[in-house]
Amino acid sequence: MRENEQELLRLIEKEGRMESHQLAKMLNTTVDEIEEMLRSLEEQKIILGYSALIDWTKTDIQENVTAMIDVKVTPKRGVGFDAVAQRIYRFKEVKALYLMSGTYDLSVAIEGKSMSEVAQFVSEKLSTLDSVISTTTHFQLKKYKHDGVIFTEDEDDDHRMVVTP
Amino acid sequence: MTLIKTEHEPKLSQGVKRIQPSGIRRFFDLASSMDNIISLGVGEPDFTTPWNIREASIHSLERGFTAYTANAGLMELREAISDYLHRRFTLSYNPESEIIVTVGASEGIDLALRAIIDPGDEVLIVEPCFVAYAPLVSLMGGLPVSVPVKGDNQFELQASDVADKITERTKAIMLSFPNNPTGAVLSERALKDVAKVVIEHDLIVISDEIYAELSYDTPHASVPNATGMRERTILISGFSKAFAMTGWRVGYITAPEPYASAMLKIHQYAMMCASTMAQYAALEALTNTQDEMEEMIVSYRQRRNYFVKSLREIGLSCHMPGGAFYVFPSIENTGLSSEAFAEKLLMSQKVAVVPGHVFGAGGEGYIRCSYAASMKQLEEAVDRMDHFLKVNDN
Repeated sequence: MRENEQELLRLIEKEGRMESHQLAKMLNTTVDEIEEMLRSLEEQKIILGYSALIDWTKTDIQENVTAMIDVKVTPKRGVGFDAVAQRIYRFKEVKALYLMSGTYDLSVAIEGKSMSEVAQFVSEKLSTLDSVISTTTHFQLKKYKHDGVIFTEDEDDDHRMVVTP
Repeated sequence: MTLIKTEHEPKLSQGVKRIQPSGIRRFFDLASSMDNIISLGVGEPDFTTPWNIREASIHSLERGFTAYTANAGLMELREAISDYLHRRFTLSYNPESEIIVTVGASEGIDLALRAIIDPGDEVLIVEPCFVAYAPLVSLMGGLPVSVPVKGDNQFELQASDVADKITERTKAIMLSFPNNPTGAVLSERALKDVAKVVIEHDLIVISDEIYAELSYDTPHASVPNATGMRERTILISGFSKAFAMTGWRVGYITAPEPYASAMLKIHQYAMMCASTMAQYAALEALTNTQDEMEEMIVSYRQRRNYFVKSLREIGLSCHMPGGAFYVFPSIENTGLSSEAFAEKLLMSQKVAVVPGHVFGAGGEGYIRCSYAASMKQLEEAVDRMDHFLKVNDN
């Protein structure tokens, strides 16, 4: 991968809305070149999407409930954990799924409208899967930091004087 | 009780009467009385000090490290500085006898000048430059001699500029690359040429390399690395710019032992030692902050590219500065002086920049814009400046 591509990815990973003309100047290249790189990175599925990071607690929209579920499973001969992971990640309630080292195997992030909706999903869909041995559900109570962004404080205030040597 | 007032005329020293307040001061007063301004006038990073550094300082307080340190600074810190200078710039300085931790690089400049100047000594000052050098030379009774570097040469120092100003009274030369305010860097070649002149006339060099880490296109050429320069160079640096630690006031000077021990004498009487908690923060900065510093540097480089290109698009001519976080565009084609341009821009568009003439000879006709501001602010500043230039044109 070219150095410019890496730099482009790091920039838009932080600030997905940055415009091509800005990116072009920052990376010392042309708008056409930036758009070509983006297209190519999308085609290669290196860029999978562009999303916004939202603090729902500041809106009047009812925030979803998120739970992290530790799942122990029996891996299947020949396909290991992948087959069972596939059964799980296709449910729309599953926001993230990771294979973990340590005392459990899969970490599943579930989002639902309420705790009971999440509990229902776990008891009816997740724990009833053949390969699942056990589940432990942890509900998220408060989001302090997500994807590198701190939710609870504003460190961005500029405390500098307006003109200094 | 009745207060009895006696006659007293303030009896100020000749030295302090010779110097003027910084030209930036008037601008600061103007700008700070206004709301909603976009400031490109700030000579410091827009990042907050990385958390691990702040946390290390808090931890030092929790452990009760609140006493003086050695005059020259914590030994651990001096060793870390020595390792760092070797790792980054292949310099070698003995932490026992050649490194002093100072209260910011500013104290380092003061110590260096105090240690070498006798009244009547001439000190060459390569300008435009940071505002403190010439006044400090004057305060000591020395004579600052300006060596203007020309803008049409991208503000790169030429050995001939230096040679022209040398007299039998010249004792030292002040260099500062990467440069505040021009952003110019010193190329290996220019350094070699300047070194020849300096050695020929047996001058001392005070090299303020506080922006050394902020070199974007070429590796930083550190003055003591040039042949014959180490023994005659006092190197000044600090943590403010690269590690976003301006308010901590911690810097350092390195020099051969005779110079270092002379400066240490002054430092021990005038300052005792740098703040202990700031020294622990600095130690953490050198030990565990390389990655974060590099991220900051990448971000400055991107903003530099963006800002220079945008300024050119709106019709200001400027070179691509190789270091620091300043752009120094020419405003000559507007027909305004630096001062008038900066003042009008502030009043009509609420964008603060610093007029070039405050940085000494060669600065008139230019303005200093700091791009240590958010991309949003830079974008808005460009829009407002574009508007200003168009209105001014009519």
